[in-house]
Amino acid sequence: MSASSRELHAQPLTQLAAGLSRGDFSSLELTQALLARITCFNDSLNALLTVTADAALAAAKRADADRAAGKGGVLNGLPIVHKDIFCTRDVLTTCGSRMLENFVSPYDATVVERIAGAGAIMLGKSNMDEFAMGSSSETSYFGPVRNPWDTERSPGGSSGGSSAAVAARLVPAATGTDTGGSIRQPAALTGTTGLKPTYGRVSRYGMIAFASSLDQAGVITRSADDAALLLGVMAGFDERDSTSVDQAVPDYVAGLDGSLKGVRVGIVRQHFDAGLDEHCAAAVREALAVLESQGAILTEVDLPNLDMSVPTYYVVAPAECSSNLSRFDGVRFGHRADDPEDLMDLYCRSRGEGFGAEVKRRIMTGTYVLSAGYYDAYYLKAQQVRQLISDDFRHAFADVDVIAGPTTPTPAFKLGDKTDDPITMYLNDIYTIGANLAGLPGVSVPCGLVDGLPVGLHLVGPHFSEQSILCCAHQYQQLTDWHEQCPEDYR
Amino acid sequence: MSLDKDQVQHIATLARLRVADDEFAETVDKLSRIVDFVAKLSQATTDDVVPMAHPLNQVQRPRPDRVTESNDRDRIQNNAPAVSDGFYLVPKVIE
Repeated sequence: MSASSRELHAQPLTQLAAGLSRGDFSSLELTQALLARITCFNDSLNALLTVTADAALAAAKRADADRAAGKGGVLNGLPIVHKDIFCTRDVLTTCGSRMLENFVSPYDATVVERIAGAGAIMLGKSNMDEFAMGSSSETSYFGPVRNPWDTERSPGGSSGGSSAAVAARLVPAATGTDTGGSIRQPAALTGTTGLKPTYGRVSRYGMIAFASSLDQAGVITRSADDAALLLGVMAGFDERDSTSVDQAVPDYVAGLDGSLKGVRVGIVRQHFDAGLDEHCAAAVREALAVLESQGAILTEVDLPNLDMSVPTYYVVAPAECSSNLSRFDGVRFGHRADDPEDLMDLYCRSRGEGFGAEVKRRIMTGTYVLSAGYYDAYYLKAQQVRQLISDDFRHAFADVDVIAGPTTPTPAFKLGDKTDDPITMYLNDIYTIGANLAGLPGVSVPCGLVDGLPVGLHLVGPHFSEQSILCCAHQYQQLTDWHEQCPEDYR
Repeated sequence: MSLDKDQVQHIATLARLRVADDEFAETVDKLSRIVDFVAKLSQATTDDVVPMAHPLNQVQRPRPDRVTESNDRDRIQNNAPAVSDGFYLVPKVIE
């Protein structure tokens, strides 16, 4: 079967864009085909919390009319799903929480606005860990997401609904957010490609805040070229986000054609220490050999403070979360407890009932590390160690262009396996958290299967090097077909 | 256990969170484990290290002081649990 005659759901974004422009099919046909697939598979996967079928069909008709009139942006008529952390005007935006169970956003996030402005069709909103706090999509108030590769397992998190939806071919692309690995880890565990851009590259306006100095929006797609196409639309200055960076957006798609020859790839000694599953290690080493075969130069680098990154994160992120989530007070929006005795009772019970256990733990951890008598020992100390971790990366990037290694220590784990001990769950993000602490861009690409479960190769570059890490990822995907693998029941 | 029941109750009050009685023991246990875990930070040598506040050493940019938002009160208050005549309702705070 030739690529263009594959069923619509089987085609990645770039291929669908070509098919639409050739007139092989309409956006309406494409939208109908994917909505039918969502109806068929979503009940078992729980990947989408809201399906916006009517609005999608209407938007698809408009996209077809625009195309016929010679108008329309670069994503005209292409389907997408947004993580339910992005505010979508007149559409439910729950953030996976009982707190926002009935919240209908009065405005669009910048990411949503830009993607829609380029002509994309939103099919729905994806499930996630509550307020993006989790690595398994099990903390969602609306039930866990299931991994299409094995429905007894987690698709990762927090953007697990997005990763599961793309892996199951319900949609070719989905947005996500990444505070400690929440795009890259679920991409690795579902055989998809996940890009977290540099901090400040993509606007956070309308993205419900978890930890504001770490949060960044990105995408989960089937391949690096699809991620490049979307990043070009999402990236850029936004005056509504005070941390948005005013820097020109390069043509990421044009940048994919570079060569790996002479690219210096850093291998972190500590990444292959105990803790990394040996089969995952083998898959990653094989991927590194592929890069080397194309002329990349592999060099060992040292990140001496790597083992401090998870403890640092679990002070900084909860501290910022405790502050950000204080807005949920049961007064202006969100869940409100019945029959409050007084204002204090209203606050405490609304928040106690509206937030799930993990969110409460993080708010309380953050409150503790910021409280009188503990601030210096925990919060200030963590911000100092964060500087050391950031310096480690800076020193490493003096010698290499990109750092490559595993995205996660193991393939997808079973639902319920890590819910008893928060620390076990936290350690799943050991390889990804450093990029958030330092604000660096990272991408995870599929690089193998271990016992039928996908494994990810993680590429991290210096600030604003999205172009070069996407180029590495794309060149790797030209030589391998791990990103083409699809779980059997979803082909 | 690095935290006791009273400390956890104090933190919960500061955070304006009611922890249900049947969740309390587990909360003390798990919060203690988290605090023990992050205590590892004390092993890092950080003399003279300036705390990092932001990944890109950015400055906050000023903007012109002009009205940019329209009055969308009704739409916004559609999400409020209790409103009356455009006001948010809360339990009585002044006797």
